[in-house]
Amino acid sequence: MDERTLSSLIENVKDGAISRRSFIRRLAAVGITAPIASQILAWNDVAMAQASLQYKPTKAGGGGPLKILLWQAPTLLNPHFASGTKDQIAGRIFFEPLAGWDKEGNLTPQLAAEVPTRANGGLSEDGKVVTWKLKQGVKWHDGKPFTADDVVFTWEYAADPATAAYTTGSYTNIKVEKVDDHTVKVIFKEATPFWADPFVGVVGQILPKHHFGEYKGAKSREAPANLKPVGTGPYKFAEFKPGDILTGTRNEDYHVKNQPHFDTIEVKGGGDAVSAARAVLQTGEFDYAWNLQVEDEVLKKMETGGRGKVSAVPSGDIEFIILNTTDPWTEVDGERSSVKTKHPTLSDPKVRQAFNLLIDRDSIQKFIYGRGGRATASFVNEPKQFRSQKLKYEFNIDKANKILDEAGWKRGSDGIREKDGKKLKYVYQTSINAPRQKTQAIIKQACQKAGIDLELKSVTASVFFSSDVANPDTYTKLYVDIEMYTTTQPQPDPERFLNQFTSWEIANKENKWLGRNVSRYSDPEADKAYKAAQKELDPAKRAALLIKVDEIFCEANVILPILSRTRVAASATNLMHDHSGWDVDTWNVAAWYRS
Amino acid sequence: MATYLLRRLLIAIPSLLGISLILFTVLALAPGDPFSEMATNPNVPPEVREALRASFGLNDPIMVRYLRWLSAMAQGDWGFSFASRINVDTLILQRVPTTLFVVGTSQILALCIALPVGIYAATRPYSIFDQIANTLAFVGFSLPTFFTGLLLILLFSIKLDWFPFVYRSDIAATGWRWYWEMFRQAIMPITVLGLFQAASYTRYVRSAVLDVIRLDYVTTARAKGLSEKRVTLRHITRNALIPVVTLVALQMPAVFGGAIVTEQIFRIPGIGSLLIDAILANDTPVIMAVTFVFACLVVLFNLIADLLYGWLDPRISFG
Amino acid sequence: MAGSTLASPSADPAVAGAGAAISVSPGRETWRRFRRHKLAMASAVILGLLILGVVVGPWIWTIPINDIDFSAQLQGPSLAHPFGTDDLGQDILARMMYGGRISLAVGLAAMVVATTVGVLIGATAGMSRKVADPVLMWVTDLFLSLPQLPLLLLVIYLFREQLKAVFGVEGGVFILIVVVIGGLRWMPVARLVRAQFLSLREKEFVEAAKAQGATKLRQMTRHILPNAVGPVIVASTIEVSSAIIAESTLSFLGLGFPPDIPTWGRLLFDAKDHLDTAPHWALFPGAAIFLTVLSINFIGDGLRDALDPRRVI
Repeated sequence: MDERTLSSLIENVKDGAISRRSFIRRLAAVGITAPIASQILAWNDVAMAQASLQYKPTKAGGGGPLKILLWQAPTLLNPHFASGTKDQIAGRIFFEPLAGWDKEGNLTPQLAAEVPTRANGGLSEDGKVVTWKLKQGVKWHDGKPFTADDVVFTWEYAADPATAAYTTGSYTNIKVEKVDDHTVKVIFKEATPFWADPFVGVVGQILPKHHFGEYKGAKSREAPANLKPVGTGPYKFAEFKPGDILTGTRNEDYHVKNQPHFDTIEVKGGGDAVSAARAVLQTGEFDYAWNLQVEDEVLKKMETGGRGKVSAVPSGDIEFIILNTTDPWTEVDGERSSVKTKHPTLSDPKVRQAFNLLIDRDSIQKFIYGRGGRATASFVNEPKQFRSQKLKYEFNIDKANKILDEAGWKRGSDGIREKDGKKLKYVYQTSINAPRQKTQAIIKQACQKAGIDLELKSVTASVFFSSDVANPDTYTKLYVDIEMYTTTQPQPDPERFLNQFTSWEIANKENKWLGRNVSRYSDPEADKAYKAAQKELDPAKRAALLIKVDEIFCEANVILPILSRTRVAASATNLMHDHSGWDVDTWNVAAWYRS
Repeated sequence: MATYLLRRLLIAIPSLLGISLILFTVLALAPGDPFSEMATNPNVPPEVREALRASFGLNDPIMVRYLRWLSAMAQGDWGFSFASRINVDTLILQRVPTTLFVVGTSQILALCIALPVGIYAATRPYSIFDQIANTLAFVGFSLPTFFTGLLLILLFSIKLDWFPFVYRSDIAATGWRWYWEMFRQAIMPITVLGLFQAASYTRYVRSAVLDVIRLDYVTTARAKGLSEKRVTLRHITRNALIPVVTLVALQMPAVFGGAIVTEQIFRIPGIGSLLIDAILANDTPVIMAVTFVFACLVVLFNLIADLLYGWLDPRISFG
Repeated sequence: MAGSTLASPSADPAVAGAGAAISVSPGRETWRRFRRHKLAMASAVILGLLILGVVVGPWIWTIPINDIDFSAQLQGPSLAHPFGTDDLGQDILARMMYGGRISLAVGLAAMVVATTVGVLIGATAGMSRKVADPVLMWVTDLFLSLPQLPLLLLVIYLFREQLKAVFGVEGGVFILIVVVIGGLRWMPVARLVRAQFLSLREKEFVEAAKAQGATKLRQMTRHILPNAVGPVIVASTIEVSSAIIAESTLSFLGLGFPPDIPTWGRLLFDAKDHLDTAPHWALFPGAAIFLTVLSINFIGDGLRDALDPRRVI
């Protein structure tokens, strides 16, 4: 189904010429699943069906305690200071955004009365203004009413560089105006096709002005509410010990009827993922454990006890390999892997093509990640309208050998291929994480059979992912031939995510290796398509442009996607929960219940 | 003795300053920064990270940062944690009681096992008792705590379901129930640590007693007709205590510093887990504070050990 | 008071040997006494077999260490795989023999480094009555208080590339690890030796040697050190096992050998998540470490008894 057919179908639904249901059925015929089809409608302003968890309890409270175990402990509760998911999960229990993302990537109103659409006047024609209508009758935990002033304040707070908020990026280039007590306007400088960022999801938690008003800017650290949060969320704050435990009690004035179900909530932190899974699946000490980056075999064995279950939801995170086309072993102007250099062997497209054939993605999925990932050849996989249908992967050692033979890479006496004295010997680096080391081992063995020698290197994650300029082992330095890691796509829209394929984001000495394009590869066509997508308001055309960017990099075999990751969680058998790959696990904790 | 003590205490100040300077330099030069968690998140633009680095003062020269730390420290300001943005002293004080309880108890347990077992084994070298005690000790220190901890969890938490394996600092119970719950959750970590420590203590005690047991004065004491018990306790043990005191003094700072691995396994909110989290997040103010307190304790207990040597063996002098 | 009971000066062989000629050389005498120590002899044989196994074994048992076979995941011991397989279907026996070379070498070398440094520093501090003692104790305190993990990261990041360039990947990492483990573990030995020295240097036999005109160095090496050797032997044998285990921690942090080199500690670490379903994976490396520790300790005991002239064997 090409982009034009899709557009005309959408128009038909809008006009009422075909029904929602038959639209979904037609898309299903070409392999697009129902939730995605309904999302395509939503993106085109056709009212969306609610897809989150069915809430059964008929009264609030009475559910006893809810115990959540995070194997990394939350260290702070102000969501705008939250550096990692663990903190965002903890903060989300007390604070809420205007809207959150459900597991299928639908925007779901939380503190907003409705999701802005072009039909309800929420989105302007030029794509520059978003008008949010706020939910009425919402109270902060201390009884004060929630109003537009709080929303405007949250923007001022996060946008102020002196506040040192991690969410600054979403708020600096916008203006927010109060229209009335329950309406705010978000004004973008440029036409912004993906407008659902400020006040939405992880970065969008609204702070109470009456608690944080005096602590904007440089004094932000001193706010007592940083440690004793007052929000609008389903649970009220009780106690917090950073790095250890967080407790809360039911918010009796919660703004959703009959919610929440549990009387108290507890978030305990620390330890490792495997034992967190044990505490839920084997001993039942806890109800829910998050982000279980554990080999699936281990989880399956734990599940056999019947005390708990494992659930996985799709996300935009991608585990992938970069083949470095610049030379990591020669220093030019004070940096290695400079775009001014060429890799002696990996700059040969044939070598890269052969390498791509040596990755046994199916085995990696089947024997290591299981439900934790899906083998893929595309960098963008979710939401599905942005996934390339063209890219395919293959594991074929014979074919790889043939390609290398034809390209003139001959095996030397040590079995390693070489041409003009240059050997196919590489350093293959990743961060420390058991599944990654196993993936390295599998790829190394296949490469051996094709006459390529890999030296495996693993770097501790806190160093690998740091922005320490002096350290040669950070992932953006790319001082190796081959590198593997996971990168996160935080929203169900890949535009910002794909900026790592643009030429102006190339990491180098000048930008202190903070640029997002780690591969250093660039293509004018990709740049052009990306720039066009940034302004394109037609969702179908925009998706086509972004898919093109993805395909250029994957077809050049510079970026070798391995697995599209899912978020895996364990829960007690009787716990009904709702976690999402596009938002934090507790985004809809109000609707969790015990059956 | 008093002048000696005074002199040692006076030396302690510059030596601690020196240690703090080296600690600070090592931490500042060590690779990594506190922002690794948001590294691959495209929502956090590089400028934000750069601004945060600057606002935490990470871009200043090391000496400037050290002097800033030192002058703040002199005024009782321990700085704030980059990760949780609260004061370091609050953070540490929250953790101290748990660590003192768990690690302290395990040290006492270790000594309670090691002293009698070691002494008894040494008085009867190569007897059945000695052989068994030795073999168990070898098992004890050839298995790392991450392994024995897991073994206990699998056995007592998962197979038998006797004890919980997640340690809670806030038990929701009162009276004897509180003590019971506390006992249930603390027994496994204390056992793991205690036995590991006891294994090496036993070997040292046995060796130290063997060293003195064949000396002539022991034979003399026996010849005088003193009871075997009295000889063992008054004559042998006291002289064999010097290595033991040294080891205990070496271990005492660890009672404050916590046990990183065991605290991780059982999720004990102690100093050890605080330290490892801080190290992995490159939360320098916390690492600096914990290691500096640790350094002070190391110096202090070294001094105490020296004083104890003098008491155990009056001939030792520090001229 | 026990403290005032005197140790006999004349019973010390070093003193006796210093003057008079001896019919049997002390070395042969020690060897004769050591051989009589049955446990020590048995241990020496076991350790010899372990070393032989890891050195010669890979030529006899030729399955490659990284032969991935998904059809043979987590199998228990069988004829094809005497020690079973791990979760990638790799042969554990082959991996243990390969990794054992490194584990044993690291354990023994780190022990030698830690013991040598510890004894040197402890003895010098213990003999000194002037500045050397406070200065060396300051260094010891400093090393005891250094947070090991950041320091390791720093050392590795400063020196890995240089060492790799000179000694190759495995050689460079080996030197680095031995230096790092040894360099961070000598402090207890130093403190123990110093404490022994403080007590021994006041004893009569040392006074006697001094009166006979023995130099400080001679007092140290011939008279005091042999009497302080008990705790040193215990410390250094414990050191072997801690070094083998410490190596696994290092490689888990990415600071040790490349992740595909299966040292014993690393095998144990990898096996821990499968302990309930595939206990054999942990059992064999665990037993290997235990046997090594056991045999080295008994050899230590044997040595100590053989060196102690008061003990009749």
